[in-house]
Amino acid sequence: MNSSDNIADIARRVDAVEAAALDQGLVRPGHLQQFTHKVEAEWTPAVGAAIVAHAWSNPAFKARLLKNGIAAAAELGATMPPHHRHLVVLENSESLHNLICCTLCSCTAYTVIGMPPDWYKDLEYRARVVRESRTVLTEMGMALPESMEIRVWDTTADTRYMVLPYRPPHTAGWSEKQLAALVSKESMIGTARLEPPYRAEETKGA
Amino acid sequence: MDGIHDLGGKQGFGPVNFVISKEIYHHPWQLKANALSAALVAAGLFNMDEYRHAIERMEPRHYLNASYYERVLTACASLCVEKGVTTAAELEKLAGGNFPLARPSAPGRHARKDVADFAVGERVRVRNEFVPGHVRMPGYIRGKTGVVVQMSPPFPFPDAAAHQLGHDMEPTFDVRFDTAELWPDSSDKATVTVAVFRSYLEKAA
Repeated sequence: MNSSDNIADIARRVDAVEAAALDQGLVRPGHLQQFTHKVEAEWTPAVGAAIVAHAWSNPAFKARLLKNGIAAAAELGATMPPHHRHLVVLENSESLHNLICCTLCSCTAYTVIGMPPDWYKDLEYRARVVRESRTVLTEMGMALPESMEIRVWDTTADTRYMVLPYRPPHTAGWSEKQLAALVSKESMIGTARLEPPYRAEETKGA
Repeated sequence: MDGIHDLGGKQGFGPVNFVISKEIYHHPWQLKANALSAALVAAGLFNMDEYRHAIERMEPRHYLNASYYERVLTACASLCVEKGVTTAAELEKLAGGNFPLARPSAPGRHARKDVADFAVGERVRVRNEFVPGHVRMPGYIRGKTGVVVQMSPPFPFPDAAAHQLGHDMEPTFDVRFDTAELWPDSSDKATVTVAVFRSYLEKAA
């Protein structure tokens, strides 16, 4: 950058591009409200949590989900944008831990697991997690035993990945609603697990 | 291109700032920038590969210093200028100061026609290629050998789509690499599975 001085305020740069796009009819007035609704009300981790809870409760659905993620997610009303042509669901077990990242940018299945968190988009996570997964997870508060196999998935194409967390053993008999309340965005990325000792045993919600 | 965006395996970075929060945006301009990128893709001004490549073409010091949503904005602005929606001078006038944009693109390329699909379980090597334009092969797998674990449906080939070279379609293969193969003696024990386009791969001997 030769002209690093006098860089325009970032908010004014955004407004300048938006004004040019509006002027050319590329963006309709009201697009911001529509987008805000999608981000806040539609593309939330609750979508993925419902899929996880249903997969834990219904073995036939889980088999379909592991075979064709987009089709199975659609059974529950979840949709993906046109360029996400494939959803691969990665099942964790007692001894296997899956973890997703995007080293080249910050791709995620955002319509299913929610918008990517800040830390997922940060340079530190992108640079380090493929090479030092166990160290990074430990630093993030989840020390996995040596016996736990770690599989990292780098989202370099338009296949999207989602972790199916390991169901905590103490949740036998819980309803799908109670199960879904346990499932976090982090657990579907793979930086959290839901069973003790990684998370305290909880009593079931209402 | 071997750009600054290709961060996988780079050393020297500190701990991840792991904050669990429901807040997605911290300033209204971030939401606006994200909405703008979505609207411009929906309007057909550019595809996702052009968008990703515009981010990669940011001057490296700008890329490293910019927040995620400043990179989003810079890609949108650069593509608006390159596609004639507006000019750099007009954007600077509207914004009231300098407006750093992405650097120009190098030529793209088509998918290879001489590669057959690979089978699950097959050992494959990532071609030792150095591509000047857009490519979705992270540098850390270049020349490395792994095993195919699954295959995707066909996607637009990014090296062509990012340069408006037509609609080459190609499946990707999820290839599993041992970290000991990627970074011998200098990595945690794990596997890394990468979605790799067919044209980037060859059979391992």
